[in-house]
Amino acid sequence: MTTTAKGTAPAGGTGPAVTAEDVRRRVRALLDAHGTADRTAFLRARFDAGLAWVHFPEGLGGLGAPRGLQAVADAELAAAGAPDNNPRANGIGLGMAAPTLLRFGTPEQQARFLRPLWTGEETWCQLFSEPGAGSDLAALGTRAVLDGDTWTVDGQKVWTSGAHTARWAILVARTDPDAPKHRGITYFVCDMTDPGVEVRPLRQITGEAEFNEVFLTGVRIPDAHRIGEAGDGWRVAQTTLNNERVAIGGQRTPREGGMIGTVAATWRDRPELRTHDLHQRLLHGWVEAEVARLTGERLRQQLAVGQPGPEGAAMKLAFARLAQHLSGLEVELLGEEGLGYGDWTMVRPDHVDFLGRDAGYRYLRAKGNSIEGGTSEILRNIIAERVLGLPAEPRTDKDVPWKELPR
Amino acid sequence: MTTPDLLYSEVEEDLRASVRALLADRCPPAAVLARAEGPAPYDGKLWHALARELGAAGLQVPEEHGGAGATLRETAVVLEELGRAAAPTPFLGSAVLATTALLACAGGAELLAELAAGERTAALAVPLAAAPGTGFPWAGLPQTVRADGAGALTGRVAAVADAAAADVLLVPAAGPDGPGLYAVEADAAGLAVAPRTSLDLTRPLADLALHGVPARRLAGPAEAPAAVERALLTGAGLLASEQLGIAEWCLATTTAYLKERRQFGRPVGSFQAVKHRLADLWLEAAGARAAARGAADALARGAEDAPLAVAVAQAYCGDAAVRAAEECVQLHGGIGMTWEHPAHLYLKRAKADQIALGTPGRHRAALAVLADLPAPTG
Repeated sequence: MTTTAKGTAPAGGTGPAVTAEDVRRRVRALLDAHGTADRTAFLRARFDAGLAWVHFPEGLGGLGAPRGLQAVADAELAAAGAPDNNPRANGIGLGMAAPTLLRFGTPEQQARFLRPLWTGEETWCQLFSEPGAGSDLAALGTRAVLDGDTWTVDGQKVWTSGAHTARWAILVARTDPDAPKHRGITYFVCDMTDPGVEVRPLRQITGEAEFNEVFLTGVRIPDAHRIGEAGDGWRVAQTTLNNERVAIGGQRTPREGGMIGTVAATWRDRPELRTHDLHQRLLHGWVEAEVARLTGERLRQQLAVGQPGPEGAAMKLAFARLAQHLSGLEVELLGEEGLGYGDWTMVRPDHVDFLGRDAGYRYLRAKGNSIEGGTSEILRNIIAERVLGLPAEPRTDKDVPWKELPR
Repeated sequence: MTTPDLLYSEVEEDLRASVRALLADRCPPAAVLARAEGPAPYDGKLWHALARELGAAGLQVPEEHGGAGATLRETAVVLEELGRAAAPTPFLGSAVLATTALLACAGGAELLAELAAGERTAALAVPLAAAPGTGFPWAGLPQTVRADGAGALTGRVAAVADAAAADVLLVPAAGPDGPGLYAVEADAAGLAVAPRTSLDLTRPLADLALHGVPARRLAGPAEAPAAVERALLTGAGLLASEQLGIAEWCLATTTAYLKERRQFGRPVGSFQAVKHRLADLWLEAAGARAAARGAADALARGAEDAPLAVAVAQAYCGDAAVRAAEECVQLHGGIGMTWEHPAHLYLKRAKADQIALGTPGRHRAALAVLADLPAPTG
């Protein structure tokens, strides 16, 4: 990330540092100059005033201010009753595409994409995983071939949330099959309205379909929508994926926030369900949840004083384990009621709520927590190799041309 | 609920560096091992350097009582380092348990100043397994010392930590007008201190037998129960920091070994089945650090939810240290099973610490009340 995105210094490095009072003054000026009745017009004005994401550079929705000052702007605007950009409807765009565009996009790309991304006028999805490339994403086989100044893309992507509503996608594709797997990949912005894009719902174990399969047949992408250099897509994708892990494991929670709060409430409300065995397991889970909360809090305190720790991967691991343990405990606690399930009807939710619906849904949805955004096995490898410095497993796939790898 | 400060201040990091340097110099694992079976389980010169020269004994004692006027946060940092070194010192018994009890008694100022200066050491005469929150005298544990009208003590206390090294024993006893806390000189007539063979080679235990022992009452019924409870709660909360230090040593030592040790033509640490276990240990150590800091900070602030923070830390860190020590032995293979390798010092300390000041199960039971998660009735 750039220093700007870490929030440690103003973008230009020339002007004086932005303060909380500066942010409040800008919020007041924005509210004085623009009514909030027209939601889109107001959000555009907020972006132009640098109050969208204050740690972004000036002109791109930010002020080059420390990231922590965003909370000041959000609180002031919420207090004034101003509309927000409904961030949970565009998590991929805000959490993953935007930081990647900021770091690797050209000025033209940043000017074209960031404003409607932030206002929610254009939502985004992510075309990364493939049926044959999950944890081993660098094995991906979707091909992109350049002819003149246009790429033609053919292949299949999977686990794409929001593909049925997204305007744009971030896409990684194989552009040089003769290069080793990590070096022949290029990163693109893909137009989801291209006639060669076909989106099919992917029904999951909960009965609904949050995700999609996306078939790409002769999809045309102008070279101007390439992000980073041709062949450098793996490095660009790392920025996207690091932000995904922060987004999944990094929310601040109060004590008993998250899945433990749901289970504890059921325990308190339903004394007739209690057994000694479940009591012991609930207390174990409560301690684990409180310690995970403190670990996350400690990570945030380290970030706030500029000492980012490697606990990000750890938080996602702990979050997945807890969510699975506690949601399973709740189904068991409910006993006979736990034999039922709310509704298997295939629906298309517009956002994901890990804590929503009924206990059976939460139990099943939590199974995805240790798979999506990096499996727990891959995260353990990351901790072991990057934090503890243990040697990698010997590999045979890194230095040979991608096209010669067995598939 | 105030958000706890879970980081280490610069002052705390400086203190850590000083203690760590002292311990690296004066008590490397081989020295600890050599001393473990000798006649003097504690290293008097090391204690002198730690308590007097570094001023660690008086960290939590206010300056007007001869201490450093720091807080329990700094005291916790010392315990982390003592855990990391499995150091044989009476710090927990004297500078934590006895000192905390004295701080809560109006009558112990002179002794407090001596302890803070490292001139004398004391031990709180309670069984090491006693948990906070269980009342006075401790439910389920033998505590049968009585004081007669003249203040002479008679009775027994089993498995007291750091008693053999203490110059003074602080004895909770039932007096004619209720519970009291009494000071007994180690050389007093009628006192027998019988060392036990302890599981933890680096924290010896002793059984106390008192027969009409002359004693000085430091606190009566108004102060003594709260003083002892405060000492047990503080001891339990800060023990989590020692457990963190143990877990960190075990993780670091095992990781270093597995980078070097080769089998099947590869470093053993490159096998995924092994590295995933180390990743899990690292995750637990990160949790233990947050929990231990949370407890130390809550105790230092006198936070209302300090008993909850202590119970969480003990319920988590006790098991985390044991798991780290057990994995340390297992992942070292044969060498981990030898007397020569220091892994067993940490395993023994971790297992004893798991029982000390309340087992994880006892602390979880306390949370049933503290966190309003009631047990089934009937």
